[in-house]
Amino acid sequence: MIEVVRPGPLATVQDLGRPGRAHLGVPRSGAADQRAFRLANRLVGNPEGAAGVEVTFGGAALRFHVRAWISVTGAPVTLRIDGRPHGMNAPCSVSSGAVVELDTPASGLRSYVAVRGGIAVDEVLGSRSTDLLSGLGPAPLAPGDRLPIGSAAGLRHINVDVVPVAAMPETPILQILPGPRDDWFAHDALATLTSTPYEVTPDSNRVGVRLNGPPLVRARDGELGSEGMVIGSLQVPPSGLPIIFLADHPTTGGYPVVAVLASAAVAEAAQLRPGQKLRFRV
Amino acid sequence: MKVRRVGDTALLVETGDLATAHRMNAALRNVPLPGVVDVVPGERTVLVVADHSADLNRLAALLPRLPLADDTVSDAEPLEIPVVYDGEDLDEVASLTGLTRAEVVRRHSAGSYTVAYLGFSPGFGYLSGLDPALHVARRASPRKAVPAGSVAVAGPYAAVYPSRSPGGWRLLGRSRLPLWDVSRDPPSLLRPGTRVRFVPEERS
Repeated sequence: MIEVVRPGPLATVQDLGRPGRAHLGVPRSGAADQRAFRLANRLVGNPEGAAGVEVTFGGAALRFHVRAWISVTGAPVTLRIDGRPHGMNAPCSVSSGAVVELDTPASGLRSYVAVRGGIAVDEVLGSRSTDLLSGLGPAPLAPGDRLPIGSAAGLRHINVDVVPVAAMPETPILQILPGPRDDWFAHDALATLTSTPYEVTPDSNRVGVRLNGPPLVRARDGELGSEGMVIGSLQVPPSGLPIIFLADHPTTGGYPVVAVLASAAVAEAAQLRPGQKLRFRV
Repeated sequence: MKVRRVGDTALLVETGDLATAHRMNAALRNVPLPGVVDVVPGERTVLVVADHSADLNRLAALLPRLPLADDTVSDAEPLEIPVVYDGEDLDEVASLTGLTRAEVVRRHSAGSYTVAYLGFSPGFGYLSGLDPALHVARRASPRKAVPAGSVAVAGPYAAVYPSRSPGGWRLLGRSRLPLWDVSRDPPSLLRPGTRVRFVPEERS
């Protein structure tokens, strides 16, 4: 069992979410940076979808009441186990009673703690993910919460010492694919989007990354009928400032999507922090 | 039918109208295509989300040629939703529409509705078929918490709040029928294309 001593600004239980129910209004949810999340699980021999903890902007402390294997990936933090520093992107043994602490990350936003056996809170609609938009799944972690650990029976052996991970770029360049509604915007909208940096605003969250920068100008008036939305969509509300949809995005929406991130860029978008600049390229 | 690219994993099919969107949704659910993970009807579209195993070019060529059933009107009886018409906004809707309270209730419960699509929150169905005389704008300032089961209207749509949430729709009444229950599979009684009727019920 794991006891939450401090969750930091926001910590939630996540797995790979609830795909396949968008037609019922259920967001996919799940770990925002799935690349880092899957790696964390592989390092401790878990299936990639085992539940772990998504720690937003560090500052978390977890006390382990049993001996366990863990790994920490994602936004680079100083990781301490009972006060002693440990490397990220590597399996670490935690003795019973030890406290695992994550400091504030030097870059990036979301770090992942996987524990061998996974976190065994109850599933809601086939997933243990906290969905901040719809309120499905467990509440965000609070001091004193107790998280059960699942069985490690039948898991693969831990056979990797450490995985080298590239540093997070100061100004990421995110690849986009135009459409599906780029024709709702002025002909130079994509040029505007790709020629100047945008800045991440503080009201960003797991639903979306809100951006400041040159607004995109509409080429046509009127209302778009509500349509299905995917993760990585750049939805443009009447302000003209795009929102990049993340894991807890609404399943349908009525504002036009000018472009969609390439799948590989979604993990990078999930690590953007308020005040950071980014660029788009087609 | 025009098929638009949505990033590198999804396609948006423009069906032109809601009925065709529902026919395509039904076709894709009855005979699922390999690699397709989500099918999401909208007002005039169907979003088809695939995993990385799917060939999007092939899918884009296939979708417009998909055989659709002629008729989507199902033989199933419409879902009957009992309503106690004592909503907080009933008087306001009456004054906005120039109708009496009783006439608002009569017109709302006389309608035959279809779930156009879901969104906003899990299980929140946008019901098309609302009497045009009852089309009213949303409240200028949304309520922070609308109770689960609230029966509401806004613009051309009617809806029932499936769970407690913020909301700006005008409340006409409440229903005791649990439309959304996470312990059920599927959790929602409303699905795209489900037909719905509201049945007035005495105050309880």
